[in-house]
Amino acid sequence: MPLTTIDEAAKKGVSAVQRYSLLSAQALGNLFRRPFYGADLITQMDKIGVGSLPIVILTGFFTGGVLALNTASSLAQFGATAVTGQLVSLAMIKELGPVLTSLMVSGRNASGMASELGSMVVTEQIDAMRALGTDPLKKLVMPRIVATVVMMFFLTIVSDALGTLGGAFVSIFMLGQEATQYFHSAYQTLQYPDVVQGLVKPLFFGFIIATIGCFYGMNTRGGTQGVGKSTTQAVVVSSVLIIFVDFVISKFMIGIFGR
Amino acid sequence: MATSEIAPDVSLVQAYPDAPALRFDNVSVGFEGKDVLENISFEVKRGETRILLGPAGVGKSVLLKLANGLIKPDSGRIYVFGFEITSMREEDLYPLRDCIGMVFQESALFDSLTVRDNVGYRLAEDHLPEDEIDRRVAQALCFVELDHTMDKYPSELSGGMRRRVAIARAIVSRPSLILYDSPTGGLDPITSTTIIELVIKQRDVYKTSSIIVTHRLQDAFMIVSHRFDCNTNKMEPLPPNQTDPQTSFLILHQGRLAFDGSTHDLIHSDDPFLKEYLS
Ligand SMILES: Nc1ncnc2c1ncn2[C@@H]1O[C@H](COP(=O)(O)OP(=O)(O)O)[C@@H](O)[C@H]1O
Ligand SMILES: [Mg+2]
Repeated sequence: MPLTTIDEAAKKGVSAVQRYSLLSAQALGNLFRRPFYGADLITQMDKIGVGSLPIVILTGFFTGGVLALNTASSLAQFGATAVTGQLVSLAMIKELGPVLTSLMVSGRNASGMASELGSMVVTEQIDAMRALGTDPLKKLVMPRIVATVVMMFFLTIVSDALGTLGGAFVSIFMLGQEATQYFHSAYQTLQYPDVVQGLVKPLFFGFIIATIGCFYGMNTRGGTQGVGKSTTQAVVVSSVLIIFVDFVISKFMIGIFGR
Repeated sequence: MATSEIAPDVSLVQAYPDAPALRFDNVSVGFEGKDVLENISFEVKRGETRILLGPAGVGKSVLLKLANGLIKPDSGRIYVFGFEITSMREEDLYPLRDCIGMVFQESALFDSLTVRDNVGYRLAEDHLPEDEIDRRVAQALCFVELDHTMDKYPSELSGGMRRRVAIARAIVSRPSLILYDSPTGGLDPITSTTIIELVIKQRDVYKTSSIIVTHRLQDAFMIVSHRFDCNTNKMEPLPPNQTDPQTSFLILHQGRLAFDGSTHDLIHSDDPFLKEYLS
């Protein structure tokens, strides 16, 4: 009995990964095929990008601030508070900006996609759409993926900027540091590889958020209860995947650029 | 009402003019190891209306989804206007689905769109001009006598109104085959009668081929025993002992087709199951 359950679970897992890859591939394959749902793309960009702006601004600002607080107190022991700006901007741009932004967007939009598409599945709206001659992968999934990838890129830039500002705010007004010194060290330390790393990550994370959200949504079974389950799973799986992929990309990039 | 409306891609429907509108050939399907339909074979000729009866959970909705290619059978073949759809790819099915209207059991209206956008969905997808969409949506809503609900959302409508909007959405593109899934399910008798009247109107005015799923015998017999009078815009009973010749029955029982034939054959059948079912 335990053996057969392991067997079943493994089969289910493999089949889920297979269906996930298929959905992602088909949605991407639809990118250049007519009809192109431009209006749906704009709507999704507004929902995901503009809609996430407030939480991204708030998390970015306070993360930068708390980084400055913590690093400054450690650095004070070595008399090196002058490099606070450097530590804040590096941490924000390479790691925290992309990761925190995508975790916030995942909580907000992966769940939103899973519940929206999931409700459409259980109320047969997806079947109705297919019956009316529209491919839901084209009309619903593709715009969400493209919108999330594009918007994650810009949201991350916003988050990076706000994080650096938050660090500046704390360093200057609460820790009494020199403004020029903070910004100078924050800017000077940044090199090309750091920026590339910080801007490549959100593209992958955006893809993960949208494809996982849509995958769990489109595979919802079992009524309203199923919608709740899909929503939770979408957030959990996309968050874990984001952190795992973050590790992989960092390792890879450090391997290439040496920092 | 204007009859000059062009149905979408009539050429597809007429590609095999001698083929029936729909043909099931030994179709079986199951879910998670449980057989739902076994070796189902039947035909819907052009212009014919088939009433599909059967207890709840027997697989009536599954059969309609098979007919539209929304699910694939495990074995057997399904032909729509002569095209074998079981081996077709999803993207090749879309043009064919433009010729089929489907009314889902729970209406399945898009709840984020207004009634106007729901009914005009297919027209908007075909990039028809806005005023043309408005005109045809108004016409379809007029057919189901809901002209005043254009700007409402589905959540603001009653169950019967939603069902009628779903019918309007199915007929707006002048399909050549309509699949009605339990159009009267869960409705009060008066609303049911208005829905049945619409189904009869569609059958008698446009002569569309259709399958009507129901588990209510009284609805089925109302469909065969009434005709639509265009002059009074009402349905009226046929003379006693007369039934609509284009309408016949299919009965599903435990995954199999228990009956396939005319109203006369059904009433005079000696099959003990049918006798029990009809009594
Ligand atoms: N997508 C599905 N997955 C698993 N089982 C299904 C699915 N669709 C239908 N079934 C099963 O098929 C049977 C027939 O369902 P259905 O066609 O909805 O019945 P009805 O005749 O009441 O319309 C039911 O037992 C149902 O559980
Ligand atoms: Mg049903």
